[in-house]
Amino acid sequence: MTTTASTTNSSARPQQPTARARRGAGRPSTLSARVVRIAVWALLALMAIGVLYPLFWMVSSSFKTSTEIFASPWALPSSLSPESFVTAWERGVFQYFVNSVLITIGSLVLVLALGTAAAFALTKLNLPFATPITLLILGGLMISPTMILVPVFQLMIALHLHDTLLGMVLVYTAYRLPFTIFLIRAYMITLPDEVIEASMIDGASLLQTFWRIVIPLCRPVLVSAGLVYVLFAWNEFPFALVLLNDPSLKTLPVGLLDFKSALQTDWSVLFAGLTLAALPMIVLFVAAQRTFVRGLADGMGK
Amino acid sequence: MTTTSRRRALLWIAPALLLVLALMYVPLLQNIRLSFYNWSIFDQEMNFVGLKNYRQALADPFLGTALRNNIAYALVSVVVQVGFGLVLASLLDRFATGRLQGFLRSVYFLPATISMTVTGVLFTFVYDPNAGILNAALEAIGLDSLTRAWLAEPSTAMGSIIAMSQWQWTGYITALLLVAIQRIPTEMYEAASLDGAGPVHQFFAITVPLTREMVAILSLVTVSNALLLFNEVIVMTNGGPNNSTQVLGTIVYQNAFVNDRMGYAATMSTLVLALTMGLGIAQLLWTRRKRVSL
Repeated sequence: MTTTASTTNSSARPQQPTARARRGAGRPSTLSARVVRIAVWALLALMAIGVLYPLFWMVSSSFKTSTEIFASPWALPSSLSPESFVTAWERGVFQYFVNSVLITIGSLVLVLALGTAAAFALTKLNLPFATPITLLILGGLMISPTMILVPVFQLMIALHLHDTLLGMVLVYTAYRLPFTIFLIRAYMITLPDEVIEASMIDGASLLQTFWRIVIPLCRPVLVSAGLVYVLFAWNEFPFALVLLNDPSLKTLPVGLLDFKSALQTDWSVLFAGLTLAALPMIVLFVAAQRTFVRGLADGMGK
Repeated sequence: MTTTSRRRALLWIAPALLLVLALMYVPLLQNIRLSFYNWSIFDQEMNFVGLKNYRQALADPFLGTALRNNIAYALVSVVVQVGFGLVLASLLDRFATGRLQGFLRSVYFLPATISMTVTGVLFTFVYDPNAGILNAALEAIGLDSLTRAWLAEPSTAMGSIIAMSQWQWTGYITALLLVAIQRIPTEMYEAASLDGAGPVHQFFAITVPLTREMVAILSLVTVSNALLLFNEVIVMTNGGPNNSTQVLGTIVYQNAFVNDRMGYAATMSTLVLALTMGLGIAQLLWTRRKRVSL
């Protein structure tokens, strides 16, 4: 059976002996199959163009002057002068960028540290009330910003954490801990207990075991959970909108709103600001998308 | 298991647990309490008003608009992102291989990495009646009659926002569905193909049933996200024109931080909580029923 199947697949790439490459049942031997193939490729290509064109328009318009944009929206820029980027950077984008970086990195470290420790306790330690605690933490997945906007605002004011970077770090960490723990826990469950026991028998303390054995073993899930988290923190909007008033503390997603109303019709600089805000995540995810998607799919599919 | 004491185990989880309790669960309960009071940011004195906020909320004309908009967003998103996404993922799996598949997947996925403020502002330009590329494109293909101020007309504003979200999120869901499709053993398709089943038949007989679990999860995620709809609306229309794009999130936000009706906003939040819990219970029942597959 397999021989029959593989002989009909002469077009499969030899260096790709995976299942994927051999999927194509009903190879284009007939005319109708060829028509189908062309139609599918047209659809896939059209989708790609439809997805990319607005982004391309955003980047190319950043290099045009606002007059050029209004005169001919389709035309390519006449020069590649970075003037608009410099203006955007100076008129606030830099400050928002710094705030976004500080909050994202600060809360990333915290959410991974607390999340890994919590997942370790849930899966590998002799935790009392493990089931109710697990349910409580995973139940946090259902809580959304809309449900708690008012009391969190109140609480941050009362704690003098409103309009502070620390307040943002704490709120982001708390909000994403349930999902982070959910992802790490699903992975940690699959690690054999014997590895940890062996390390303890060798005389390592619990902290040493955690640091030298558990963390390295969990590297794949820490990377994907970290990526999921960074994407969240960089783009988060409702909490930042409510908890940050001081323009010098605003992150990109909320700062860009001020930026937009300050610039009015200076589209060129606006487009440049949008491009600068989007760039870090685009670069990060083009580089690491595979890890990210697999990690997320594994977390959801199990 | 290991030799640790139970108390030490608690220490490992305490920081995470305390943070989640203090900043998520306490506010959640506090919000329910707040929904029975009226007060303002400037006048912190709280007046107990009982169920008055709830009676008002249920009679609030914006609540109906918001629910309609959130539901429309949810329905379109499930059909386009999950439904069409599954078709797209199967086409990618079947027709594109190796690097080309990875490339297309990355391209489709790209908008999902961008802040909704950025895509929102970008699409207010795309939809702009004067210099936007949507109208320009329609004129270019002779459909001048369709051009309009997309975000300024109550009849098209919400649809335009929903359309942008499909552009942004379809590739993300597709990438996750592709992972699920690629877990299906190839032999199943080979066997079906030997039995004479065509690609469309194979899609419905193999792909759909065997990705059912992921499809269910992603549908639920998509519907939950529809209830959270907020960022795009604030950026693109701020609830307008003529309140036609109000959603649950904007009602909560505007009542609290624009109209300074904190208690009323908390009431709306509690309604969102109730809706979400309803969805959660529906999901629990659903997963229990279908656990048999695979």
